[in-house]
Amino acid sequence: MKLDDKLFLVRFNTDKLNHIKINDSNVCLKQCQDKPCTRFCPAHVYDWDEEEKRIAVGYEGCLECGTCLIGCPFGNIDWKYPRGGFGVSWKNG
Amino acid sequence: MENFDVIIVGGGPAGLSAAISAANAGMKTVVIERGDYPGTKNVMGGILYTKATGMVVPEFWKEAPLERPIIEQRIAMLSGDETIMAGYRDPAWAVDPYNAHSILRVKFDRWLAQQAEKAGAMIITETLVEDLLYQSNNVVGVRTGRAEGDLGAKVVILAEGVNNFLAVKAGLAKPLKPASVAVTVKEVIALPKEKIEDRFCLEEGQGATIELYGDSTAGLMGVGFIYTNKDSISIGVGAILEPMIRNNWTPNDLLENLKSKPYVKRLLQGGETKEYLAHLIPEGGYTQVPKLHRQGVLVVGDTAMLMNSLNREGSNLAMISGKIAGEVAAQSIKAGDVSDQAMTVYETRLRDSFVLKDLHHYRHMGKFFEENTHLLKAYPKIFSKAAKMYLTADGTPKKERQKEIIKMVFENRSKAGLLKDMYGAWRALL
Repeated sequence: MKLDDKLFLVRFNTDKLNHIKINDSNVCLKQCQDKPCTRFCPAHVYDWDEEEKRIAVGYEGCLECGTCLIGCPFGNIDWKYPRGGFGVSWKNG
Repeated sequence: MENFDVIIVGGGPAGLSAAISAANAGMKTVVIERGDYPGTKNVMGGILYTKATGMVVPEFWKEAPLERPIIEQRIAMLSGDETIMAGYRDPAWAVDPYNAHSILRVKFDRWLAQQAEKAGAMIITETLVEDLLYQSNNVVGVRTGRAEGDLGAKVVILAEGVNNFLAVKAGLAKPLKPASVAVTVKEVIALPKEKIEDRFCLEEGQGATIELYGDSTAGLMGVGFIYTNKDSISIGVGAILEPMIRNNWTPNDLLENLKSKPYVKRLLQGGETKEYLAHLIPEGGYTQVPKLHRQGVLVVGDTAMLMNSLNREGSNLAMISGKIAGEVAAQSIKAGDVSDQAMTVYETRLRDSFVLKDLHHYRHMGKFFEENTHLLKAYPKIFSKAAKMYLTADGTPKKERQKEIIKMVFENRSKAGLLKDMYGAWRALL
């Protein structure tokens, strides 16, 4: 089963405000060689945009686990919880 | 600003247990939860332990939304397509006093929150706590994300979960590191009751668990799990983030790898995935337990790193820590002393209980597995090979076969290596 199909099953109350910020996109471009955030995020929120030369952040699909905050080798992801009442809303948990 | 005796940040098992014991002690108590209601942000495997839960809500099993009482626990080691297994089954676990139940947290935590409300606690939902409130270095409440959202409290209990934002801000905990968390993903797969009971050899309503080591995590430090719910199966896999990054794995690929194993595939066959979930498990162990208290603050559950992954116990440690924290908060408030010194009672009581005793007992475990990455690769292979050789009836006399097995073991791991592993395991686990 593909990840996209799995994420389609998750219920979200999407906020119009983005709760994830890349601190410095230059760090992703120049210092970060293999961009592990594009792999370790269970929801594939992070993707390398080759045209724009930056990490694209699909915050709407964030499962709020917190892996990115800990896993980014440069501490370059400013991940917070979405505002109260927004974000993922599990059906089973 | 509205004032409370006790404010609890987070409506999970730890926070709600704290709310119940604080409210039962007559405290004006509030739980602040960021989800729609307690449960909607919460994820675990999940196994709930009867003894600890019963200490928070006596005879909870008569009313609580539980899935199945667990009567069988299997441990499997996967090596390629091969599986070697051990298990324990006791039908007595199907009835009072039980040992554990499978649960789904959205349902269970909502029910537990209702018990907290019955005890007199208030639950504020859809509200994120952003910081603690200080008055000349004393914690006097919390600041929420709402307009005019400051709330006063004599004691704040941090039950914010594994992501320990507030505990870090308060100078109690350090930010988590990739070696001290396991990234875990899980699917809830719907399957008819009868199929679950047939596949796991269960009487009606009974449940089973399987923990899977070795190739279930592609040899990464971690574990796969399969738990039976009423009419679904929870299957998941968790691995320490640091080796996951180093080995370029993605969590979903690890889960698909586990689901594709012949033994696992057959258990899930025909099921329909209903939800895909992700969560971190705090795996830092005893040496990374944060400061558990300061003036006006207590730290509980996952935020306090209270997790015994070897015995896959977490919810029970969370609930007991919450219960004790609620009691200590109430006693301190009644005595009019919420100083750091008064709060040490909480830590003393955790040290006197299984919670910190178990963490202390396994204090060398994390380092042992971290420094011996071969364990979950070499041993499933050795055990599988040995079992296969022993069980293959090909006319080889058994005495000769036993010698071959011993030779095979030494080919895969030197005598010195075996001794080192055994000593390490003895020191880390016993």
